Amino acid sequence: MHIVVLIKRVPDTTAKVRASADGRSVDATGAESIISPYDEIALERAIQLRESGAATKLTVLCMGPADATKEVRKALAMGADEGVLLVDAAPFRDSAATAATLAAACRELAPQAVFCGWKAIDDDAGVVGGYLAATLGFSFASYATKIDAADGGLAVHREVEGATEVVRVPLPAVVTVQKGLAEPRFAGLKGIMAAKKKPLAEKPAAAPAAAADLVAYQPPPDRPPGRIVGEGAAAVPELVRILREEVHVL
Amino acid sequence: MSAPILVFLEHVVLEHGGAALRKPALEGLGAARAMASQLGAKVIGVVVGGAAAAAAATAGADEILVASDPGAPGSMGAARAVAAAARECGAAFVIFPATARGRDLLALVAGHLAAGVAADAVKIDVAGGEVRVTRPVYAGKALQVVVARRAPFAIGLRPNAFAPAAPGAAAPVREVATPAASSAEPTLVETRAPEVRRVDLTEAAIVVSGGRGMKGPENFHLVESLAAALGGVVGASRAVVDAGWRPHGEQVGQTGKTVSPKLYVACGISGAIQHLAGMSSSKCIVAINRDREAPIFKVADFGIVGDCLEVLPALTAAVQAAK
Ligand SMILES: Cc1cc2nc3c(=O)[nH]c(=O)nc-3n(C[C@H](O)[C@H](O)[C@H](O)COP(=O)(O)OP(=O)(O)OC[C@H]3O[C@@H](n4cnc5c(N)ncnc54)[C@H](O)[C@@H]3O)c2cc1C
Ligand SMILES: Nc1ncnc2c1ncn2[C@@H]1O[C@H](COP(=O)(O)O)[C@@H](O)[C@H]1O
Repeated sequence: MHIVVLIKRVPDTTAKVRASADGRSVDATGAESIISPYDEIALERAIQLRESGAATKLTVLCMGPADATKEVRKALAMGADEGVLLVDAAPFRDSAATAATLAAACRELAPQAVFCGWKAIDDDAGVVGGYLAATLGFSFASYATKIDAADGGLAVHREVEGATEVVRVPLPAVVTVQKGLAEPRFAGLKGIMAAKKKPLAEKPAAAPAAAADLVAYQPPPDRPPGRIVGEGAAAVPELVRILREEVHVL
Repeated sequence: MSAPILVFLEHVVLEHGGAALRKPALEGLGAARAMASQLGAKVIGVVVGGAAAAAAATAGADEILVASDPGAPGSMGAARAVAAAARECGAAFVIFPATARGRDLLALVAGHLAAGVAADAVKIDVAGGEVRVTRPVYAGKALQVVVARRAPFAIGLRPNAFAPAAPGAAAPVREVATPAASSAEPTLVETRAPEVRRVDLTEAAIVVSGGRGMKGPENFHLVESLAAALGGVVGASRAVVDAGWRPHGEQVGQTGKTVSPKLYVACGISGAIQHLAGMSSSKCIVAINRDREAPIFKVADFGIVGDCLEVLPALTAAVQAAK
């Protein structure tokens, strides 16, 4: 089984991100870039399957700026075999164009399984995995918290609305992952050295015309300043009055 | 008259065999109605499988399409069904609620139709014939506004962000055929249901979350009781999920669920930026924390400085008394 893991380069979760003054971009100055956390979880599980022999090859695929080689190298250092970076200088790429571009690259790589995060933590869309599956005609399972190879396919646990669904997914398939699937490892020095010799192909991203254009980024709506109602259990009657008369939930 | 707006109407099957539309489906119709009045378009609802046809007919759409049962239980069959309905009526927009199922369908249907797509909308504006979608990005640290450039265009709606449609007169109901599967679909082996089926966190109107300040899993019954008294559901910080006090499914935050309820109560939660990412768009935030300087008080509308173990029982009793 050849697994492709999609990894997106995003600003670190603690980054101070805000809409720029002209609204044309977001300002994440000084923020470290990372592999989007759910993608890293997907990558970890794929590495485990590669190590156990269930997978025979593991390729990471990233579309992003030229310096996203840093994230691809990190994935190689963690344990992926090969990396592909589709170099894309565009500051904004809509979900449809992103999925179409990644789908074309997947056709070339011809994997049996594609793992990716259920959403990327920059655009918070949660679209690319499903879009890709429908475009490629692959089977699809979302929100995986457990993935094992079983009977020529995958045995997947999905966590949806509080229940756990156990499904058998035939190959080829796209699986999107949820937290709880695996704990990403640190890339040790040995991994970092080994990664230098692993193949990393860089090619320009051949993205189709935009299906959505960016109009603006805006700051989130201001929250009016809050107030401390009081201290300890003595403050409860006033809070209950507020919940009834101001928030209207009682 | 411009091309119609198709709304996916998610339903639940009731105990007695009937079916009811879920609240996010009614919000989808509400959003579509508002768009339709400006675009001069028809609003068509689509249900997958006939069970909910009767409930859908009076929900406020101009027409209902009933897609034949796709034969497979998961999202893939339903996606083929909705994509077929969109092609059949020549929809310009296809709208989905951002429930777990709705999110899957948004992505799959958009892929089948090679459509444009914008997920998790909190606002839709129509101006000069253009449709603009506002959506939170970077965990709510900014809002992104995009304009649709292609038809069909699929839009996912964040629950609790749009006013539900008012019920209407019985709309005509028409059947459409679901095409057969072209690729193999997952098969369900089993469902491990929770003991009590609850409303999903992401669409709950009231969420009561506990953090490390609850001191231990044995105290979470205090959070559960308050949630029950308020008619809400329980959430948790990552710290307590990682500690094994609560299940993953309850985690709120950047790597957990994003919630935007009417009321969010944070109990013993410090308010780390990754936690705020999942709940800062809540309409009203109440925080209970021992530390007056805790960052959670910066986003809270109302706060009590105090020990959760003492405040929660008193609050639960007072809420019960007030109901
Ligand atoms: C990549 C990444 C992703 C993350 N994703 C998430 C996420 O999705 N969700 C999330 O929640 N966190 C997330 N975190 C973790 C986050 O940074 C915090 O560590 C976490 O939210 C802290 O949880 P807490 O508030 O329960 O605990 P603490 O930070 O330990 O806070 C406990 C609070 O309880 C108060 N307290 C103590 N005792 C009492 C008492 N008896 N009564 C009242 N108050 C009391 C204290 O004053 C304190 O404010 C993430 C971190 C990283 C690095
Ligand atoms: N530019 C990209 N490069 C690689 N993978 C991506 C890219 N954009 C999205 N993905 C993958 O698709 C998942 C969902 O992304 P999204 O739909 O943007 O929230 C991410 O977690 C990634 O695994």
